[in-house]
Amino acid sequence: MSKIIDIKDLSYVYLPGSPYEQQALKNINISLNQGELLGLFGGNGSGKSTLAKLLNGLIYPTGGQVTVCGIDTNIKELRHDLWKKVGLVFQYPEQQIFESNVYDEVAYGPRNLGLSESEVKTRVFEALDRVGIFPDSMVNLSPVKLSGGVRRRIAIAGILALEPEVLVLDEPMAGLDPLGQNLMLEIIKARQEKKTQTTIIISHNLKDILALADKIAILERGALVFHGEVQELLSKIDILSQFRLELPDYLQVAYALNARGIKPNNDIKNINEAGLELIRIISGGKGKL
Amino acid sequence: MNGHGIQLINVGKEFKNPDSYKAALTNINLTIHEGEYIGILGLNQSGKSTLARLLNGLLKPSLGRILVNGMDVDSSEQIREIRQLLGIVFQNPDNQLICPVVEEEIAFGPENLGLSPSEVNKRVSWALEIVGMQDMRYHAPHLLSGGQKQKVALASVLAMEPSYLVLDEPTSMLDPVSRWEILEHLRKINKENHITIILISHNPEDLLDANRLIVLHEGFIYMQGTPREVYADMEKLTAIGLKPPGLYQLIQQLEEEGYGIDDNTSTIPQLVEKICQK
Ligand SMILES: Nc1ncnc2c1ncn2[C@@H]1O[C@H](COP(=O)(O)OP(=O)(O)OP(=O)(O)O)[C@@H](O)[C@H]1O
Ligand SMILES: Nc1ncnc2c1ncn2[C@@H]1O[C@H](COP(=O)(O)OP(=O)(O)OP(=O)(O)O)[C@@H](O)[C@H]1O
Ligand SMILES: [Mg+2]
Ligand SMILES: [Mg+2]
Repeated sequence: MSKIIDIKDLSYVYLPGSPYEQQALKNINISLNQGELLGLFGGNGSGKSTLAKLLNGLIYPTGGQVTVCGIDTNIKELRHDLWKKVGLVFQYPEQQIFESNVYDEVAYGPRNLGLSESEVKTRVFEALDRVGIFPDSMVNLSPVKLSGGVRRRIAIAGILALEPEVLVLDEPMAGLDPLGQNLMLEIIKARQEKKTQTTIIISHNLKDILALADKIAILERGALVFHGEVQELLSKIDILSQFRLELPDYLQVAYALNARGIKPNNDIKNINEAGLELIRIISGGKGKL
Repeated sequence: MNGHGIQLINVGKEFKNPDSYKAALTNINLTIHEGEYIGILGLNQSGKSTLARLLNGLLKPSLGRILVNGMDVDSSEQIREIRQLLGIVFQNPDNQLICPVVEEEIAFGPENLGLSPSEVNKRVSWALEIVGMQDMRYHAPHLLSGGQKQKVALASVLAMEPSYLVLDEPTSMLDPVSRWEILEHLRKINKENHITIILISHNPEDLLDANRLIVLHEGFIYMQGTPREVYADMEKLTAIGLKPPGLYQLIQQLEEEGYGIDDNTSTIPQLVEKICQK
């Protein structure tokens, strides 16, 4: 497996020397292999979005190194082409939506890649389809007339249309309804199946991505306090409770049973199986509650 | 039409698009009593934010009337008074943050209420503490992180101490620790100070403190009831693509087998505990 992201001793300070100077990241070391999915967590202001912007060369380290797809972002001439390989969906869609209609918005990236207008069109319609937008009714609309969740979908589509090698999603589920969230999970799964596409998701909700993530990183006030496999995180009860990271509902049942010394008959793998297990326990007891 | 509360009478809202009209809300009849805690959920584009913006006159209804404490939102003489009574936290905090310093941002509303400087100062400190942003008092709002912006937007509305508090997805960018603290605070000001809460969220667990849930679908009121009632109707919810919190899926599954679960079960570990004790 080849390393696609290599972050070494990374530090980042905003506006150094000004009254608003802020150390956003200190001494971060993270590496990720091609095809992996990293879930990035941490409290508000812990440095997640800053890290996202460092990955696609929008800003560059004030200390240490970020190497993505073999490109060291400290090297000015190389940084220039990074946007083609590393797609970043911003935390607020309003940060990236500028065109006057939905079609041009999603077409912006593919056009800049120099694709033909017919290829651009194919990409735009495919990307909109993947985020659950039915083009006919929407492509001519101005983004300011869209609801928040639809604006999020358009912002995601605009980056998907680039088909980036590395995709960085800054809180992509925020504002999406359950249908949109499911589509987002499908998009992530499809990237994983290709084995060549690497994805980083910033989130506050461990439930959303636990089943899919290969690795988890957690930031606290700019420092990396956890970096490892999902299984390893699950054994760190102190970290889970410090950050109030919630396990998926079925695992909450399994853990609560475990805490009471009750061993489930079968492995609980989803909410329905969790319910069946509870029914088994209750019916074995004295009867109704 | 005097008295307290919010009334929507046959309200409709249409937007004009280049080649069509879009009905964002249709035939909304709703009475919200003072002191209620209302949760609003629904798919993207179902009309939630439109409803919120109608309540303080930011948008005008195409049809029908909206009354806040008996005052018509459409009447320009009373709109100032209505906006002092009813505060909105918008879906995107950038639409709300206008001052160069966090402190000024939060003081803006209370100053407009004509409060004394010492009272304004008290409110600013209090609001910053609730959202855990005391350290950022002298920072620039536009240089904050996404979640920090959301907290400042929330604090600036809390500082006005409105009787009606409308919150459009206020937890979407909050870390779990902050999210629980804010939800706890909303519960508290609703219970202790009888502040009316109208909370919009895509996270069904955010809405468990509500007395009444309203499900919007394609601009109509699709369902209404207590969280327990609404979340128990799995069939009707899943028909439009919504789903209840895991806890309620489990309660439902148990009830179908004839095992009733009492109403004050609010987390999965609590449920498991109750079952194990039997
Ligand atoms: N443009 C900026 N100028 C100065 N300071 C900034 C700027 N952007 C962010 N910061 C500060 O840097 C720190 C890290 O911010 P960042 O946006 O990376 O946090 P985050 O982990 O994404 O938080 P959130 O969950 O709230 O989005 C915060 O203290 C923030 O106030
Ligand atoms: N200014 C506008 N002009 C035209 N159409 C609009 C305007 N504002 C909203 N709409 C349309 O009204 C409908 C309802 O939008 P609204 O923002 O109320 O949805 P929402 O339920 O808040 O959705 P979300 O969960 O995505 O935030 C959408 O179809 C939207 O495109
Ligand atoms: Mg962020
Ligand atoms: Mg909305």
